[in-house]
Amino acid sequence: MLNFSDLLPYTDLLLQGLGVTVLLTLYSTLGGVAIGTACAAGRHYGGKKTRWVIGSYVELIRNTPFIVQLFFIFFGLPAIGLKLTAWEAGLLAMLINLGAYSTEIIRAGLAATPKGQVEAARVLGLSSRQIFFRVILNPAFEKIYPALTSQCIIVMLGSAVVSQISVMDLTYAANLIQSRNFRSFEAYLVVAGMYLLLAILMRQVFEWVGRRVFRHRRTAA
Amino acid sequence: MIDFSNWDLLRNLLLATRWTIALSLTAFVGGALVGLLLTAMRLSGRSALQYVVRGYVELFQGTPLLMQLFLVFFGLSMLGIDISAWAAAAIALTCFTSAFLTEIWRGCIDTLPKGQWEASRCLGLSFTQTLTRVILPQAVRVALAPTIGFSVQVVKGTALASIIGFVELTKAGTMLNNATFEPFKIFAMVALIYFALCYPLSLASQKLEKKFNGAR
Repeated sequence: MLNFSDLLPYTDLLLQGLGVTVLLTLYSTLGGVAIGTACAAGRHYGGKKTRWVIGSYVELIRNTPFIVQLFFIFFGLPAIGLKLTAWEAGLLAMLINLGAYSTEIIRAGLAATPKGQVEAARVLGLSSRQIFFRVILNPAFEKIYPALTSQCIIVMLGSAVVSQISVMDLTYAANLIQSRNFRSFEAYLVVAGMYLLLAILMRQVFEWVGRRVFRHRRTAA
Repeated sequence: MIDFSNWDLLRNLLLATRWTIALSLTAFVGGALVGLLLTAMRLSGRSALQYVVRGYVELFQGTPLLMQLFLVFFGLSMLGIDISAWAAAAIALTCFTSAFLTEIWRGCIDTLPKGQWEASRCLGLSFTQTLTRVILPQAVRVALAPTIGFSVQVVKGTALASIIGFVELTKAGTMLNNATFEPFKIFAMVALIYFALCYPLSLASQKLEKKFNGAR
């Protein structure tokens, strides 16, 4: 009943789709974590107004579905004059989404830094910039690294939805294939398997990077 | 083109919200039941069952919810079972929810000291007695906040049912948009309705977390 050989002619299409998904994930991971770091710092140290604005952003994104955010950006923003291609809209939605989640995660890391360490660093004559990056941010990232990386994987899986605004990602490839050869179950099964492998691979890579980056601390402790 | 007043739009969206709520409740209750079963399987101490549970969790946490929806929707109809979009969405979301709840509850049960299991065994309690009388009453307190927090993900997950054609809040939004061409207004309304559904759950989860963290 199952017939996977009908998928073989579409190998290129699937690989291209995989490439788009990987690229979207890579960009949104880098950008999203940068947004998250900036917003977390703003929420931790900023004035009342900054904190309120960032807090509303985080809560608004965390409490609405990704697909609605995507539709709002892709269909809604052109209505007020901001036209985006499908790819730009998809990437923007992913950036905004991961930005909000990582803000919350990183903030928890910042809050976990003991006050005494900051005071000690100040006494030792470190500048505020040095204190933020070396004394606060670095250990904070180590603490929240597992939570942050699993959020990146969740965003990768969530990116399947961008196919709905015709970004040619992995899911789009599956949709296209099943519309041509009507092998919908097989196409989706293969693509689901590819997502699963990608998720496992991402976890391995994140673990490997984590071991390298935070190695000196592990041995010291 | 038909004219829709703002009230017409909101009324139609709110009517569709009933289906979002119904689907969320179905998926959450179903997911909790399946999750309980899986948790019991995991705690049973039989390695075969534990492998099954681990594979199940890995499978549903490692693939997009959208793929799960498609596979249930197209897979079951390929087996000759005529399945509605509602049923497919309910089944897929139940599986998705149960996998995540099993994983959340695993963490909660693991925070309890292992000695309690051993002590219960020494006192002659059976596995079921240990679970229902000793472990669960404590685990439930720890699990309540993250479980409610996860319910937000379930509500948001139901939005994907729109893609296989189930008319809930998001689908109603796209349909109204096709009729009125006012995407900015309509998707903002849709987002706000989701926010109104999810934010109280998020707040409740945060409150509970603080309360139980304080108690310990």
